Amino acid sequence: MDQQALIQNLVIPAAQIVAVVLVLPLLIAYLQLVERKVLGFMQVRLAPRRVGWHGLLQPIADAVKLLIKEDTVPEKSDRFLFTLAPVVTVIPALAALAVIPFAAEPFRVFGYEVNPFITDINVALLYVLAISSLGIYGVILGGWASNSKYSLLGALRSSAQMISYEVPLGFAVIGVMMLAGSASMVDIVNAQKASGVWYVLPQILGFFCYFIAAVAETNRVPFDLPEAEAELVAGFHTEYSGMKFALFFLAEYTNMIVVSSIVTILFFGGWLRPFPNVAALAFLENGWLLFVPLVAGGFLGWLADQKLGGGLRLMFAGGIAGAALGVLIARSDVMGLAGLQVPAVSGVFWFSLKVSFFLFMYIWFRGTYPRYRYDQLMALGWKWLIPMSILNVVGTGLVILITG
Amino acid sequence: MFRTEEMDINMGPQHPSTHGVLRLKLTLEGEEVVDIRPVIGYLHRGVEKLSEHRTYPMIEPLTDRLDYVAAISENLGYCGAVEKLMGLSIPPRAQYLRVVLAELQRIASHLLWLGTHALDLGAMTVFFYTFRERELILDLFEAFCGARLTYNSMRIGGLYEDVPQGWTDRVRHFIDIFPAREKEYEDLLTVNRIWLGRTRGVGVLKPEDGVALGVSGPTLRASGVDYDVRRAQPYSSYDQFEFDVPVGQNGDTYDRYIVRMEEMRQSCRIIRQALDRLPEGEVRAKVPKYIKPPAGEVYHVVESPRGEQGFYIVHKGGEMPYRMRFRAPSFVNLQALPIMCRGRLIADIVAVIGSIDIVLGDVDR
Repeated sequence: MDQQALIQNLVIPAAQIVAVVLVLPLLIAYLQLVERKVLGFMQVRLAPRRVGWHGLLQPIADAVKLLIKEDTVPEKSDRFLFTLAPVVTVIPALAALAVIPFAAEPFRVFGYEVNPFITDINVALLYVLAISSLGIYGVILGGWASNSKYSLLGALRSSAQMISYEVPLGFAVIGVMMLAGSASMVDIVNAQKASGVWYVLPQILGFFCYFIAAVAETNRVPFDLPEAEAELVAGFHTEYSGMKFALFFLAEYTNMIVVSSIVTILFFGGWLRPFPNVAALAFLENGWLLFVPLVAGGFLGWLADQKLGGGLRLMFAGGIAGAALGVLIARSDVMGLAGLQVPAVSGVFWFSLKVSFFLFMYIWFRGTYPRYRYDQLMALGWKWLIPMSILNVVGTGLVILITG
Repeated sequence: MFRTEEMDINMGPQHPSTHGVLRLKLTLEGEEVVDIRPVIGYLHRGVEKLSEHRTYPMIEPLTDRLDYVAAISENLGYCGAVEKLMGLSIPPRAQYLRVVLAELQRIASHLLWLGTHALDLGAMTVFFYTFRERELILDLFEAFCGARLTYNSMRIGGLYEDVPQGWTDRVRHFIDIFPAREKEYEDLLTVNRIWLGRTRGVGVLKPEDGVALGVSGPTLRASGVDYDVRRAQPYSSYDQFEFDVPVGQNGDTYDRYIVRMEEMRQSCRIIRQALDRLPEGEVRAKVPKYIKPPAGEVYHVVESPRGEQGFYIVHKGGEMPYRMRFRAPSFVNLQALPIMCRGRLIADIVAVIGSIDIVLGDVDR
């Protein structure tokens, strides 16, 4: 029994952490490929095709290139801080993932219960806000230590930007916490299940405030001022190359995933299927039926590909393969009890689908919008987002007070 | 205890959005630009001096390299200057074809401007859309003269040869599809709030400042000065076409954008008229084998996509010019940069440089 507890409490979480740290870079590498493919599709060009079938090995090639590239350090830079900065940026980004639940029901592996999240703490939301603020240090340190004026300007911009947008970010989630009565991610989703409605409906204002602030927080288009290519060359990471640059890159994309996950959990019901209160749609949680929309999607994608000649077939093929794998796991009685995996797998499926949508939104923004100017960005944050998010808190409070 | 300090920073000559090798010495107060001093000359090739040692037909390839984004306009201006010096009259077909080429070149040049300008302000997709259409125009040029950038497309006295068979239909096809394509760019930019925020009221050039500095082209017209060489001193039979000269009101970056967008539509209009009324006949006047113009001086201006492109030739006999002088619109327009940028934010510099549409080959010569 002692050994049982040891495995359950120590070995499995450790394995989960290792899995996240190992799988995430690969996932991000392919997220980047998807970004390039989608942007290519939007911009009437082909995107990577040379390395592997439809550019499928491009991320691997990029990673290898970054690994073996010369790692230059500018001459008069502060070597220690210069090396420390990317590490300081990437650790909080990864640490935030610890509290993100991908589903509710545990998987069963060799008789042990494996939760689809590393930990569920009761202040998860506060933890995420706190830990993601730490990432700013990396940016400031990197910009300062580079001993480059462009980097310094970029770092100052991003510190101002990230600090300004922390505020609406924090206020925007308060509404959700008030409705759910908890700051635990799992509890928030369960509260949405109990109330039978995704919180995006009662918290529509909160959702917009959160998502806009979060895009700004992750320094993505149209808020990518810290790395504004046209003005500051590359902002705080102008002087970085090789693996150090890759770490900044990793942090940015991890933050994108974290933000998309949190939006999904807070406002879009996390792992819940659409319309969680409509019993007639319960089949959406059935493992086998997950296969149907994906096959249909794959077929449509194949048709679209025939017509447009783009690289979309790849993504749908990936979708089909993923669905097949999911169904296999869900139905397998190899590693555990037959059928018991279904809730966990369908949870992960719906969660991934929603997160993918928000990641797509990021890419879509990038393909559409010009960049804000520094003062306009500040005006948007302080004059619009903060008042709106406070209004949202007050409004939510009043409604809760009146309806009891 | 605390004090602020102005920061000097070098923007360029290797910088993604100075459109070549322009170097700007900036003095910054935080993000605000206190002073801006353009430094030029990194692309100086001494074309004016080189011209003094070349016969007239040999100078035309040099003019390709001035404003390499709009080489045909340069060819047109140069050939026009020499023809004026020689007192040649050009066959009407050649004049019309020159107009078609020059207006296609104007569209191509404005497309490059729009793409890079939008890219500077972060709108990435527009760049790929404009290059898609620019590619079509370059294909047309390639079919006509075999080159895609430095065309050497004209000859003194007309064109080297007539356009290939079916070429005019391809041009017609292009101007048929182009308005819809232009609408695509406008959908992405014209009413985009971020785009408006980045361009409206940014880099205002007052008309009196513009005239005093000698600014010309769309940059000046956006300030409300109705001056277009094509209308003020018509050349190559521009007086036979009907077209509007778009004029802005505020002289800001947004107006310069709107003016250039409208100019592309007007160029389509001119091309359509030229193709509809394209005369038959010769494309080259009778020109002696060795071009030896009479001694004299001549100044000839054309409206290049960037503005008033002037060619001043002093000839003292023989086959080569005694002195050759190019009035480069980019060079003159660049002078307006400091007064447009002072006191603005660093991000505005990029918007303003993009909107005055300089080509460094033209600035440095």
